[in-house]
Amino acid sequence: MQCCVCKEKPATVHLTQIVGEKMQKLDMCEECAKSKGLNDPTSFAMADLMLGLGASQEIDAAAAGVQLKCPRCGFSQADFKKSGRLGCPECYKTFAEGLSGLLKSMHKGIRHIGKSPESMRKTRDSADRIKTLQTKLDKAIASEDYELCAKLSTEIKSLSGAAPSKVTR
Amino acid sequence: MNDLHSFLISPAEATQQHGPHDRIVMSSRVRLARNLRGLAFPGWAKKNERVKVLETVMPAVVSMPEMSDSFSEQMDNLAPADKQILVERHLISREHAAKSVGSGLVLNREESFCVMINEEDHLRMQALRPGFQLREAWTAIDRFDSSLEKKLDFAFDQELGYLTACPTNLGTGIRVSAMLHLPGCVLDEQINPIIQSVNKLGLAVRGLYGEGTEALGNVFQVSNQMTLGESETVIVERLEKVLAQIIEHEQNARERLLEKKAKIVLNHIGRAYGILANAHSISSKETMNLLSLLRLGVDMGLFPNTQRTLVDELFLVTQPAHLQRQVSDKLTAEERDLIRADMVRERLKSVARPVTKPNGGKAN
Repeated sequence: MQCCVCKEKPATVHLTQIVGEKMQKLDMCEECAKSKGLNDPTSFAMADLMLGLGASQEIDAAAAGVQLKCPRCGFSQADFKKSGRLGCPECYKTFAEGLSGLLKSMHKGIRHIGKSPESMRKTRDSADRIKTLQTKLDKAIASEDYELCAKLSTEIKSLSGAAPSKVTR
Repeated sequence: MNDLHSFLISPAEATQQHGPHDRIVMSSRVRLARNLRGLAFPGWAKKNERVKVLETVMPAVVSMPEMSDSFSEQMDNLAPADKQILVERHLISREHAAKSVGSGLVLNREESFCVMINEEDHLRMQALRPGFQLREAWTAIDRFDSSLEKKLDFAFDQELGYLTACPTNLGTGIRVSAMLHLPGCVLDEQINPIIQSVNKLGLAVRGLYGEGTEALGNVFQVSNQMTLGESETVIVERLEKVLAQIIEHEQNARERLLEKKAKIVLNHIGRAYGILANAHSISSKETMNLLSLLRLGVDMGLFPNTQRTLVDELFLVTQPAHLQRQVSDKLTAEERDLIRADMVRERLKSVARPVTKPNGGKAN
């Protein structure tokens, strides 16, 4: 069996990973495996590698030829393709579109559930409240219940007005 | 003067650390990945940016009550051999051992907390516990993280949670893992179906220094892969459930082996003893695989229980960097194999040959 990366040497490292319903196989020679970081088993996650490769494709598709660059750190799609890692926290905004499909395929959900820093907890809660209120407001508008509309929009305003002061970014 | 070796728990002492189910679950670990807001991740940051992060993070970590008695060092101040020792102790990752300027390490005296600074993320903080103690490890690292967030501004997004260099760690940034010693499942040829079903649950199974599927010394690492869309406690509880099942499988496999294939097991263990006690050259890999069988022999009552610590100690001190540490000259791999065999032979002099009828077992 030939190495699927260099297509020259015989493959001696075989990886099989099941992501969702799909089984993916990689057969590589020792050198290529090393160059992909497979000589580093303690920190190595097969998913990182596999999903890293998939990730670059996702981002490519989303950008459709336009070279996105993170305004904060200058990180580009090509860099992601190379490393499978992002440049800075801001990159998640820059590449949001391309990442969403990828995140869906690698995680249980695409919205964080669990711990959040204490400083963010209030804003996080109020963000949730605003979302529910907004849905209610939309319904109220549809049903032309203007009294309720007024009440809801005041509440939303007070919540969203208070929020920015707590955001530390 | 910070001396790593006088700080580290000696291999002999390390074998005295016990936890629930530690015959099968060697250790539990929970790590959290965190990054500082507005700063490039270590893999993309320039050297001066990494140094700046290290200078911010290191004092904050050291000031934690859990780190009141701790070892902290920049990676560029550690010799390659010392970094390798830390890898063999499972305190840092191989990736971290390869780091230099701008990366660092903080480790507490009990070796129950270890923080890697500027590994793949700005912070990789881990709580380590002997035996099956995932929940305890999570509680400990959760508390650690909650105090640390008062000193450092972590990158967090309302939708995506904690932002990490690799999207695979996004959200909770948690990796819950345990190291399992599963010689019974391996000998009983149950290990592959177990790995497959554990994989199906979205958990990863890796070897100690896993090449392919064969784990060195029958040691396997099980951990979560998904970090976004479910809470830390849900992830910890799933791991707990799966581990409890694996423990049961391993116990059943050992019983079944003694019942149905006692001769095969006795043969494996007896030969392992024979080779270790008499070899004059032996590789690290062979040593670990044979020590695993000796460990199984102790569990099965073929050796006195007092030999458990010796076996565990040998498991650590026969690994390359630990072995190198015991001699002054720089050794080649071949020379190490000779010295390793000498050491193992010497230490096993005090261990009597395995008895041929396991305690309480049903060997025929």
